[in-house]
Amino acid sequence: MAKKIPTKRPAASSKFEELMTGTTVFNVPLPADLKALKGMSPIVIKQPYNIEYLHSYGQDSPFFAGLSNKKILGTTCPKCDYTWATPRLACTQCGGETDWVELPQTGRVHTFTTCYFGGEEFLKETPFHLVLVEFDGVDTLLLSRLLGPEQPEDIRIGMKVKAKFRRNSQLKPTDVYFVPAE
Amino acid sequence: MRPVYMVSGGVSKFEKARPDATFQKMVKESFDYAMNDVPRLKHSMIDGSVASYFSDHFSRQLMAGIMAVDYLGLCPKPNKRIEGGGATGGLCFQAGWEAIASGRMNVCVAFGFETMSHVPTWKGNEFIALASDVNFDYPVGGFYSGYYAMMVNRHMHEFGTTVEQLAMVSVKNHMNAYGNPYAQKRRKLTIADVRNSAMVAYPLTLLDICVMSDGAATCILADEETAFKLTDHPVKITGVGTGTDMMRMSDRPHGEVLLAPNEKKSDYRNLKYPGVHSFRAGRSAGLQAYKMAGVTDPLKQIDFVELHDAYTSSEIQTYEDLALCKYGDGGKFVEAGYPFMPQIDYGMKLPKKGTIPVNPSGGLIACGHPVGATGLMQAVFAFWQIQGSIKKHYGDSELQLKKANRGLIHSHAGTGTYVTVSIMERGW
Ligand SMILES: [Zn+2]
Repeated sequence: MAKKIPTKRPAASSKFEELMTGTTVFNVPLPADLKALKGMSPIVIKQPYNIEYLHSYGQDSPFFAGLSNKKILGTTCPKCDYTWATPRLACTQCGGETDWVELPQTGRVHTFTTCYFGGEEFLKETPFHLVLVEFDGVDTLLLSRLLGPEQPEDIRIGMKVKAKFRRNSQLKPTDVYFVPAE
Repeated sequence: MRPVYMVSGGVSKFEKARPDATFQKMVKESFDYAMNDVPRLKHSMIDGSVASYFSDHFSRQLMAGIMAVDYLGLCPKPNKRIEGGGATGGLCFQAGWEAIASGRMNVCVAFGFETMSHVPTWKGNEFIALASDVNFDYPVGGFYSGYYAMMVNRHMHEFGTTVEQLAMVSVKNHMNAYGNPYAQKRRKLTIADVRNSAMVAYPLTLLDICVMSDGAATCILADEETAFKLTDHPVKITGVGTGTDMMRMSDRPHGEVLLAPNEKKSDYRNLKYPGVHSFRAGRSAGLQAYKMAGVTDPLKQIDFVELHDAYTSSEIQTYEDLALCKYGDGGKFVEAGYPFMPQIDYGMKLPKKGTIPVNPSGGLIACGHPVGATGLMQAVFAFWQIQGSIKKHYGDSELQLKKANRGLIHSHAGTGTYVTVSIMERGW
């Protein structure tokens, strides 16, 4: 990737924000000739949708408990000798039960991106970097945030990174994030 | 199993929003279109249906499938809903195939829809991201464009694929869609236009990514005897394959390549496969379908492909999964011109133009991606291509391929979690 890739940075908007609020309708007039109703568009009203979920980490809970103790935990299959950076209690090769292991806190950027857009929950955090981290002796990768570099051009595949932990654990996978280690 | 044919198809025009219609009416439009194309098919001859839509969140209506079935007047006949993320439509097409192949039905209607305009784009992105692991993927930055951007950055690193090669896919598919009246985005673009559009997830720009849509599509499938009673030009479904992989892209293992019949182990001596740069599920689905259809050299034996180009990058990755070229050669494959249409001027110099046109309809990038309808839309466009009836349905023959005896359709979910491949051939 020697060639510098042209990018567009977020700029001031040249368009009005798209809102989901419409005009409040107080009455809906009908034509005298009811045959004309077939051409009527659907009446649209705004409908909020809000649910509180009880989110369960199920068999993954030790991973989140580990983060709150500044440890990254993965799992390993005693039969297949296969180790997952993102833990799972059953082996993807043989279906057998896996054991918990502690992962190193340094690794390398396997791949990355910078998100300038996102789902609603993450819009306020953009732009942010995502990385898949690879660790020595581990067969799969860990999805995480990379902090520090300003632009995607400042990130390199193979770059050494080290783990940092949030001071106040939120019991989310973002309790761990990575920063450049070189 | 007995032979299965597609006898008719229809699509509602895909648009950013259909304020004039709810999902039932869009399904009805595509269904009526398909019924009108085979006047010998009477409503009473339909044995049942399969419904395809992705997300309950978009419509805030559970069991929406049955509400389309009663709108079509198909109660009390059998129906079931199929759901599998972005591959929902492809899985639905294959569920229709299963209903006929097993002998359970003689005529089956496979329909699909999605109404994505009822929420803003960022909310839609969130709903779609809920189809990634909500313990480990979603909370880190839940955004599918971000996941695919990571995959292509690794592809570029491994194989030297360039952003200009990605942009060529966008130029091709938008230009193809220019002649397709059902497409949402019909634009003549240059590589510079694609690269200069807003960056969404580095290195993918707005024009590297498909858009959300409202739309519906219908395929009518039948057994051999019924098919030839209904039409003189039925299209035979000669191969089906479905592959799966782990939900989380971070779990994709590095192992040995599943070899296509035209490949040798020595071709991939140093390749860590599939990792995050390729889709094992796509390779698995393709190989199953090739085996069933007797395809040993896809590049020579398949005339055109309608594949799931949610991203320009995933089109390039899919050339490789489908063994149209070797793993790693996808960028060079598009640069050489193989997947372009021979008869269209793209404003680029293309040495091998039009050997195996990919997404002659314009694909998801230009037609739009109303998720539940998408895989079925591909089947409809492929059906018309093989029938030679593009002029009749598009009002113009520019997009009709001269040789279109055998086509491949490909539907894809997650970061390669479910992938379907179906092969369709001239049946008469
Ligand atoms: Zn095992």
